[in-house]
Amino acid sequence: MKDLNILFAGFGGQGVLFAGKVTAYAGLIEGKELSWLPSYGPEMRGGTANCSVCISDQPIGSPLVTAPHALVAMNLPSLEKFIDAVQPGGLVILDSSLIDRPISRQDIAVRRVPASALAEENGLKGLSNMVLTGKLFQELAFCPAETLDQAIQACVSARRPEMLELNRRAVALGAAQ
Amino acid sequence: MKVLMKGNEALAEAAIRAGCKHFFGYPITPQTELAAYMSKRMPKIGGTYLQAESEVAAVNMVLGAAAAGVRAMTSSSSPGISLKSEGISYMAGSDLPALIINVQRGGPGLGGIQPSQADYWQATKATGHGDFQILVFAPSTVQEMVDLVSAAFDAADRWRMPAMILADGMLGQMMEPVTLPEEDGKPLPEKDWSASGHQGKREHHIINSLYLTPDKLEDLVVERYQRYEQVKAQEQRAEEYLCQDADLVVVAYGASARVARSAVNQAREQGIKAGLLRPVTLWPFPTGALQKAAGRAKAFLTVEMSMGQMVDDVKLAIDCRVPVHFFGRTGGIIPTPAEVLGEIEKLA
Repeated sequence: MKDLNILFAGFGGQGVLFAGKVTAYAGLIEGKELSWLPSYGPEMRGGTANCSVCISDQPIGSPLVTAPHALVAMNLPSLEKFIDAVQPGGLVILDSSLIDRPISRQDIAVRRVPASALAEENGLKGLSNMVLTGKLFQELAFCPAETLDQAIQACVSARRPEMLELNRRAVALGAAQ
Repeated sequence: MKVLMKGNEALAEAAIRAGCKHFFGYPITPQTELAAYMSKRMPKIGGTYLQAESEVAAVNMVLGAAAAGVRAMTSSSSPGISLKSEGISYMAGSDLPALIINVQRGGPGLGGIQPSQADYWQATKATGHGDFQILVFAPSTVQEMVDLVSAAFDAADRWRMPAMILADGMLGQMMEPVTLPEEDGKPLPEKDWSASGHQGKREHHIINSLYLTPDKLEDLVVERYQRYEQVKAQEQRAEEYLCQDADLVVVAYGASARVARSAVNQAREQGIKAGLLRPVTLWPFPTGALQKAAGRAKAFLTVEMSMGQMVDDVKLAIDCRVPVHFFGRTGGIIPTPAEVLGEIEKLA
């Protein structure tokens, strides 16, 4: 496969790191080289948070994604901060419930998913991250759907087993968009 | 089976599997997950986790535990290591093995909390007052963090000196797949010098770093430096990547080496003969590998997340036989492969 550098960005508390972790686990299950690097510190508490995930057949050099092949933007500040950094030919998936802004770049693919509204309407409040992740996996198609399901199983806390089904539904909802 | 772990957590689990049952620490970003992991795991395995009232207290608890002959460790980040430096000097002066982990952040002072390598001088030259060295290991992947923990404990025991893992916020916070070693349950090395109770059967052992007679103190320091010569001969580690035919050898360790490796790969794609020499031990410094590389290369480029603290060691190692250039970012900035590639292109 081609190197895949993905940036997840949003507010702290939107599940940016979890979405990244599920994606990283999918890489692990596929036997790829991978890295997951969060932003950390006070900014994680309510400010902007982001998370770099690299998946490759080769050992990962810098785990910091500065020119993403795919950007998952969960709020407007994150989109504005990273839109210019997306590689030509790259992919942007954004939560159109929260981001209402035209994108002038013509050299990237943009997928607008009303993730927050969809999650809210379907009793999946707080899982807009996984709606977007479902769309991301459908677009990137770097692994079979079972891999994503296994990755979710690996990441959902054993103490909250009821979250497994909710995450699955959120991902399916995103993939159908 | 591979699992996905944060560097900080992998360091902690690796230490437990290497037979460390005594951890004394104090929280500080970006190292805190290590202590948090220990606080969950140690009680389950009958070990000791203790959050001390300060870094100074924590390092002195390590000194006490090490003197009693057990594997003990502490961890912190840059400002906290400065506070621990007194205790590290006392341990060196008492010939005590222990593990200290520094997950570096930007400095000086309280600095910042983002990744940095600006404690190179502190780790390799001045971890505290007095004539002494400590072993310094510099992992560049989460797997290597795991592997070097047991290597560092073993080397510390072998040479009766403190060992440090010099990591940084990037390595501590990132997750990568790791294979954890099995706990083989093999006995740890006998410590026939430890102050662990003589039960009236032998002379008591004294562990001390206070020697008021200059002749005695000089003898002890000189003996220690003879041991350091053996350490230099036996413990140097470095990894060479594409160095065989390299005109330009990039020298970088830890997180910087990952960035440099990407840049070297990109340079090769352009037909530039670049290689990477990655010191794995920073003390002893891998002078042997550098001298060998200096026989072939036309120039060296040192890449660091500091203002160039390793440059002099590289120059000394190769007797300035070829020019040693430098590129670095500091204050918590991680250089990009493109920046390093730009420097390589200038020198090619």
